[in-house]
Amino acid sequence: MLRYYCSLSPNLHANVSETTIEITVNGVVRQVGAGTTLASLVGQLNLVPQQVAIEVNRRLVPRSEHPRCRLRCGDELEIVSLAGGG
Amino acid sequence: MTRTRSVNATPDFSDKPLRIGPFTLTSRLIIGSGKYQSFEQMQQCVQLSGTHCVTVAVRRERLHDSQGRNILDHLNLDQLILLPNTAGCFDADTAVRCARMGREILLGLENPGAGWVKLEVLGDQRTLLPDPLETLRATETLVKEGFCVLCYTSDDPIAARRLKEAGASCVMPAGSPIGSGQGILNPNNIRIILEFLKEGDPDYPMIVDAGVGTASDVVIAMELGVDGVLLNSAIAKAEKPELMATAMKTAVLAGRTAFLSGRMQKSLYASASSPEIGVITSSIPPKQVASRYPFEKAEKTT
Repeated sequence: MLRYYCSLSPNLHANVSETTIEITVNGVVRQVGAGTTLASLVGQLNLVPQQVAIEVNRRLVPRSEHPRCRLRCGDELEIVSLAGGG
Repeated sequence: MTRTRSVNATPDFSDKPLRIGPFTLTSRLIIGSGKYQSFEQMQQCVQLSGTHCVTVAVRRERLHDSQGRNILDHLNLDQLILLPNTAGCFDADTAVRCARMGREILLGLENPGAGWVKLEVLGDQRTLLPDPLETLRATETLVKEGFCVLCYTSDDPIAARRLKEAGASCVMPAGSPIGSGQGILNPNNIRIILEFLKEGDPDYPMIVDAGVGTASDVVIAMELGVDGVLLNSAIAKAEKPELMATAMKTAVLAGRTAFLSGRMQKSLYASASSPEIGVITSSIPPKQVASRYPFEKAEKTT
């Protein structure tokens, strides 16, 4: 799995505490607290865990692993749910 | 007073249910859930169509502009089997990822549809025609991962045969391009695919997916002997979708029953349904045709 070494620049993120990391969720860059787990991110985003599936760096992370999966700087997440379609 | 003699024995009209891999469906119609004006309209059409299976897309969660409206609030998960699809994927790898995520969501919902996927790997934006090589690659991978794969494909008999050989549980050729409403453009190819896939394996399921425009298209498909029809736009884009959903329910039944009935042979000439003898005398003698069309064999009268 692809992991990035996190190097936060305090100058670029002056208003962000040093304990945050940058991740990409569905193509949009976000700041989350360092050490945030996938399960806590799902909670922060007000998502129903049973109704979404999440990939971290193009690898599906099963729901049961969400509490253990800690996000790292540069992680690219895809969070999907069901939509109307044929 | 006249009396009609009643028929005592009712003939057996029971039909085998549609089986796809481990799934048994009570209806031969599978409905897509897209393009409706509202979730409420979609819900009503699903109900009126009598379907047992609704296909759904897997899309990025809208984290910013979500209005809290969720398609799951409008699908009766106790009664319906959801069929996640990989619509919109243009390569095998993306389609496989999409299928895995669909399965993950359906596992969370505890819906039996977690075991299968409608595989769609497209090759062109304008025609939405499938990419046969990528579809085959994705089928092989998903079958290895234990998926029951329902494969959207073109009406190419060779491609259909390859997909079955790769382990697809159901091959689903398009009647015409997705959402085009042109109906079954090449019924001969559908016939050949049926021959290829059902040879020595008559229960192997084949579904016409895409292109259906109206009820007669469904009837034509079913009369050819396909096991079911998957459609979306034909209902959702009708002027009155609820009414068309009802028409589709009837069409599937009509087409299937006609197929099972074994249609009569076509003939170039007429064959009177009323007795030809015993007609009262006419003042004008009937015109006789000198000879029948030379290539038409004289019909046997029994």
